[in-house]
Amino acid sequence: MSGPAIQVERLVFAYPDGRQALFGVDFTVERGERVALLGPNGAGKTTLVLHLNGILGSVAGGTGSGRIQIGGTGLHREHLGEIRRKVGLVFQDPDDQLFMPTVRDDVAFGPANLGLRGAELDDRVHEALVQVGMQDHADLAPHHLSFGQRRRVAVATVLAMRPEVLVLDEPSSNLDPAARRELADILAGLDVTLLMITHDLPYALQLCERSLLMDDGRIVADGKTRDLLGDAELMRAHRLELPYGFNPHSVPGPER
Amino acid sequence: MTGDGLLVAVDSPVHRIPAQVKLVALFVFVLAVVSTPAAVFWAFGVYAGMLVAAVAVAKVPAPVVSRRLAVETPFIVFALLLPFVATGPQVSVLGLELSQSGVLGAWNVLAKGTLGVIAAILLSATTAPRELLAGLERLRLPATLVAILSFMVRYLSVVSDDLHRMRVARESRGYMGGRVGHLKAVAGGVGALFVRSFERGERVHLAMRSRGYTGRMPLLSVQGASRGQWMHGVAISVVAVVVAVAARMVSS
Amino acid sequence: MHVPDGFFNAPTSVATGLIAAGAVGFSLQRASRELRETGPALAGLTAAFVFAVQMVNFPVGAGTSGHLLGGALAAALVGPWTAVLVMATVLLVQGLLFADGGLTALGTNITLMGLITVLVGYFLTRALLKVMPRRVGSVVPAATVGALVSVPVAALAFTGLYAIGGAVDIPLGKLATAMVGWHILVGIGEAVITAAVLSAVVATRPDLVYAARHLQQDLVLVDADGNTSTVSPDKPIAAKPAGRSLGIGIAVTLVVAGGLSLFASAHPDGLEFVGAKLGFDGAAKDSAVAASPLADYGVHGIGNAQVSGALAGIIGVLVTIVVGLAIAKLASLRANKAS
Repeated sequence: MSGPAIQVERLVFAYPDGRQALFGVDFTVERGERVALLGPNGAGKTTLVLHLNGILGSVAGGTGSGRIQIGGTGLHREHLGEIRRKVGLVFQDPDDQLFMPTVRDDVAFGPANLGLRGAELDDRVHEALVQVGMQDHADLAPHHLSFGQRRRVAVATVLAMRPEVLVLDEPSSNLDPAARRELADILAGLDVTLLMITHDLPYALQLCERSLLMDDGRIVADGKTRDLLGDAELMRAHRLELPYGFNPHSVPGPER
Repeated sequence: MTGDGLLVAVDSPVHRIPAQVKLVALFVFVLAVVSTPAAVFWAFGVYAGMLVAAVAVAKVPAPVVSRRLAVETPFIVFALLLPFVATGPQVSVLGLELSQSGVLGAWNVLAKGTLGVIAAILLSATTAPRELLAGLERLRLPATLVAILSFMVRYLSVVSDDLHRMRVARESRGYMGGRVGHLKAVAGGVGALFVRSFERGERVHLAMRSRGYTGRMPLLSVQGASRGQWMHGVAISVVAVVVAVAARMVSS
Repeated sequence: MHVPDGFFNAPTSVATGLIAAGAVGFSLQRASRELRETGPALAGLTAAFVFAVQMVNFPVGAGTSGHLLGGALAAALVGPWTAVLVMATVLLVQGLLFADGGLTALGTNITLMGLITVLVGYFLTRALLKVMPRRVGSVVPAATVGALVSVPVAALAFTGLYAIGGAVDIPLGKLATAMVGWHILVGIGEAVITAAVLSAVVATRPDLVYAARHLQQDLVLVDADGNTSTVSPDKPIAAKPAGRSLGIGIAVTLVVAGGLSLFASAHPDGLEFVGAKLGFDGAAKDSAVAASPLADYGVHGIGNAQVSGALAGIIGVLVTIVVGLAIAKLASLRANKAS
């Protein structure tokens, strides 16, 4: 099937406690694009990405409206399984994502739910662990890993499902500089559509040519990452700040 | 408190026995101990000898065992009170009037409780939590219960760390703790801890559903235990059962 | 209260084992819909939470401390059937991973600390909610009373089990008074923590409190064009029909309390002793009892020891309920004043 990787139209959502998080969100991401989703805390970024595979929203029985298509497939109850295979979601806190007793059990969880068994399952697990360089830690329990290692395993748990769209929630948060760079190398080497929530603006510029800026439950800007970061007025209006001394026009980005 | 339980991570013949075998062996052993008449003292000596040997073979350091025995304390207190409050014929020991049945009862509680705790320590010190879960799964514990257990074990350290961080934060802000104040501060922190834990539970469930979870957890265990492993593991319990039967015959 | 191996005789252990297995099986069935919607992770995290909180000691008095059992709290938060599973899980992990509580006594421990505290706590909470203002906040005082009562009732059940399957005959009236008296103090700690946890949850995520889901307000939703509409929140997953009265909660409590005490006193040897020697005639040796609030209960004049033992149990629980109701009344008055 064809169509953009992600298409979201007029998305509205309120949490069960009455707090409304999305007030009409529209955007499209084409196949192979790498897009950063920027915005201050509480803008609704995480809520939005939890809609992309039908975890939140009307399809999950929640309170909201709007339309979502993934790779041309509409997000409806009968397509949920297919959508969840296509969209791989990496959560912000790896402890939320790594819930099985060992790394191996955890990476196998997704593919096993897809119906893989035996040698095929083992191969898939190994392949995903190799992609993030964690193949030597397969039998450890998550609480015996460092934070950076847990983040990488969290990425592997999703890669093991061979998603078409990889969605990451603040992948660089709480990582030390080396772990942050290692993760960037891994992400840059993946051949998937990428949507990445981040407060780490240099990271966005390094990995994503395009950025969406979100505030108060709406998309308020959409354009080249370099242009958005260079627009001082826009940045100030939405509580975004570049690191001290960082000039978005003087560093290389992913553009060719 | 970590998610590793009391595990002593070394390699020993006891560590290598499959968890389901150890669980059955432990259960049968404790059952034999519990059904032994308290007055047959030699039987308890045999049990204790068997346990000491097993602990030695398992390379579990004695301090691990003795430290963990502390969980028994409330019942030791209870047992020590028994000779003073129990009924029946009295005996005089060192000028104290003690109840005969109370003394025997105290011995009964202490001996059986201690043997049970040591046996359980042996299991938890030689079996990784994941193996235990797989063992319970093989013993046909309902899948939902295994799943809940598995999540609990996984997040025990995460939740305990949260609790610990909150205490450090409280104490580093100069909190000293009177009696009532202590209860209040602890209780408030615990409320926040629940919201944290519950929200994490929700996020974990989201993460599971994101990866195609539809209500069935994948199995943890792949292969069962061989007949040889069963014979090997249950041997100690069979001896215990023989001792228990013999003790019953002697006492009747 | 974690009972070790060999504390009760084999028949008692087997019987409570069957009760516990039945209760867990029944709960698995009743909770299956909730578990499908919220996932086993939530129950597991709740279990980890209960486990962690059980390690926090609070002072009870005379230099000793108690800790939360958590049954009533878990019931209010995740519902009675999931709570039974949560408590069973906690006890299983304590027994298997930390050698706390005997393996052959697992059934006893689940029955006492997992089943009785949950059921007494939950049904009292629901019953009290019926007679309180229809607000989510009412769940705090209601569950506080549930928690306060659940602990001494479990202690009473312990005494009952001791009467049936205890290794040594000891005066059961005394045991009951000591256990209940002591555990009323522990119950106060339990109540305070339960109240604090529930107020924190009601303040931040009122939708999480299972026992009060039917009291939630409707939601207001603003769509992309700025239009406003009202939507009702997710309906409670397994709401009980609203017709049940305060009776159920108190009845469950009293049946457990009185029945077990009566059972306890009916034990022939115990009866013999209590009748012959104790008879609540104020024998001076009872140092353990003297400190307890129940020591002065006016059951002195009652000659029949069996009745007197049961009465001690029922009176203990009734007093707890009355005290609890008074606290609830005060708390809701204060809450009304504040809002």
